[in-house]
Amino acid sequence: MQGLAFDIAHLLAGSLVLVSFMMIYQDRLPALINVFALHAILLSASVTWQANIQNMPELYLTAMIALVFKAFVIPISLRRMIVQMGIHREIENVVGIGVTMLAGIALVALSMVVMLRITAMADPLAREDLAFALSVLLLGLLMMVTRRNAVGQVIGFMSLENGLILAATGAKGMPLVVEISVAFSILIAFIVIGIFLFRIRERFDSVDVHALDRFRGEQP
Amino acid sequence: MSMFNAVVAVLLIPAASAAILALISSYRLSSLLNVLASLLTLLFALWLFVQPPEPTDYFLVDDLNIVFIVLNTFVGFTTSVFSATYIAHEIETGRLTPVYLRFYHAMYQAMMFGMNLALVANNIGLMWVAIELATLATILMVGIYRTHQALEAAWKYFILGSVGIAFALFGTILVYVAAQPVVGEGLPGMIWTVLNQRVAEFDPALLNVAFIFLLLGYGTKVGLAPLHAWLPDAHAEGPTPISAVLSGLLLNVALYAVLRFKVLLAANAHAIAPGPLMITLGLVSLIFAAFMLYRRRDIKRMFAYSSIEHMGIIVFAFGMGGPIANFAALLQMTMHSLTKSAIFFAVGHIAQAKGTQQIADIRGLTETHPILGWGLVLGVVAIAGLPPLGIFMSEFLVVSSTFSREPLLAVALAAGLLVAFGALMLRLNSLAFGEPVGSRAPVQASYVPMFAHLALVFGAGLYLPPALVVWFQHVASILG
Repeated sequence: MQGLAFDIAHLLAGSLVLVSFMMIYQDRLPALINVFALHAILLSASVTWQANIQNMPELYLTAMIALVFKAFVIPISLRRMIVQMGIHREIENVVGIGVTMLAGIALVALSMVVMLRITAMADPLAREDLAFALSVLLLGLLMMVTRRNAVGQVIGFMSLENGLILAATGAKGMPLVVEISVAFSILIAFIVIGIFLFRIRERFDSVDVHALDRFRGEQP
Repeated sequence: MSMFNAVVAVLLIPAASAAILALISSYRLSSLLNVLASLLTLLFALWLFVQPPEPTDYFLVDDLNIVFIVLNTFVGFTTSVFSATYIAHEIETGRLTPVYLRFYHAMYQAMMFGMNLALVANNIGLMWVAIELATLATILMVGIYRTHQALEAAWKYFILGSVGIAFALFGTILVYVAAQPVVGEGLPGMIWTVLNQRVAEFDPALLNVAFIFLLLGYGTKVGLAPLHAWLPDAHAEGPTPISAVLSGLLLNVALYAVLRFKVLLAANAHAIAPGPLMITLGLVSLIFAAFMLYRRRDIKRMFAYSSIEHMGIIVFAFGMGGPIANFAALLQMTMHSLTKSAIFFAVGHIAQAKGTQQIADIRGLTETHPILGWGLVLGVVAIAGLPPLGIFMSEFLVVSSTFSREPLLAVALAAGLLVAFGALMLRLNSLAFGEPVGSRAPVQASYVPMFAHLALVFGAGLYLPPALVVWFQHVASILG
């Protein structure tokens, strides 16, 4: 049974990494948002499984928050937002997909090497989870770097936060304070983003971050 | 009155006033309340100093963080006094509307709450949440003018700040994972006092990786060189009281987090020495910022780079460690907070008087606005490290203690300091003594906070009270 429990946790965390890769090569925003919702659903499933095997009922709450907010509320509002702004048909990618995927593979390899080596003493479950979580985090970071659209960057950031939650739940018995605040901060972060996107749209008629670069305060 | 209540008061007053200030639309009343709330918080912080409470699972007041708490609440208070006059002008010129003003004051207190919470937290998770809260509040403040530049600055700050936050949280989780086999599951694995006692038994490899994430994560907030890109924009585009608080306080709070983790790591004999990492980042920041100072055209942006430079020196000195370097770093940190906020108080009114932040359009200040002009001169002389002011003494201590241990590093350090000195003097010359340009109209200004800070810096350069010296020496010995 212990073996099965471990395998399922492993499978779910591994699929999160896989879905992170899928996000990297989505060049259209609606598809990207869908994949992000899938990412959130997988995270929620993974957290639920952790709650089950660790016997930590409070983690179910974290799972619920991930499911409701990140898999439904946020994707739906983002979709509405991009339709309103008329950018839902745009195709964008700064760096070529091939290069980005290779970079992503390198990052995953890096996080495996680092995390598996240093966590030799830790609980095997936490160990695998941390390695996957770091991969998701780095892939999220990669996505933020390669996207020039503000919505894409925000989704990259949220997938990065998913990696953090995976790490937090994998660390056995980590106090609830942190999880709720993580979830809460994501919510706050989203409100912030919402305000920003709204303002940016109002002022620039575009959420392309390159448009922002023109207004560097440095230039006279 | 039990001491635990003073901790609660330091947190509750800003939190409650944030809620109240969000409802008040009269700017006179709300800025007065803002000042009063900040003053009360300062008084309770001083009370903490008189009688420090016993640590609990969530709150801790010890000899290290009390220095930060008192400095934080003091500059918070003086900035609120400056902010009252500054905001009055912004309302008159219509840059801020009453709705945004309510928001501004509420965010000011929310930010103070976040910073105080981060400083008194006895829990690495709580500390992370608090720093995140303070950061979110400042991001919103930076974007408050809603100009193109302000939005770009806020967006950049948000993106880079979030990456920093994410790294710091991952590092925090790793510290917990390292602690969990030793101290058991649950809360104890996140409590500073427990961690500090048991850290020698933790897995060193995990601690090493955790520290790198924490240094990069919180280092982003400190404004260390490769991760500093948000800092100049955020300083330049937000309201000036926020620039003062960012430079004077928020950078210190993030630095405090780095220091705590440094002390933790140093207590584990098998973990890497955290010093060299901090020395490298500090030195890179110092030298980079020193050269960048020459190319600035915006006055607030220039002083933002000067903050990067000083944080570089401070992180460098803490990285060197030892009683003298730590002492110098603590002194430098205190002096920098006071001086830089005084400079921003002057710059805020100067920018209002001249209607611009471009250095080229601000000249001959000592003639057009003598009090502000001379205040700025004093501030810049202090920040550049001229004797007999306080920063000269701390920089001298940093350089001389480095020279006796690592002469080559001391050469690089001194070169960076000289380059920055040249840039600041060059700019100061045209700002203060050039042919007067721009408006000569007098501006409603509050001089008291600025001169109070400058007097403290000046006084500290001439005479440091022995009690303060003993205190700082004691804290320096804790930092190892």
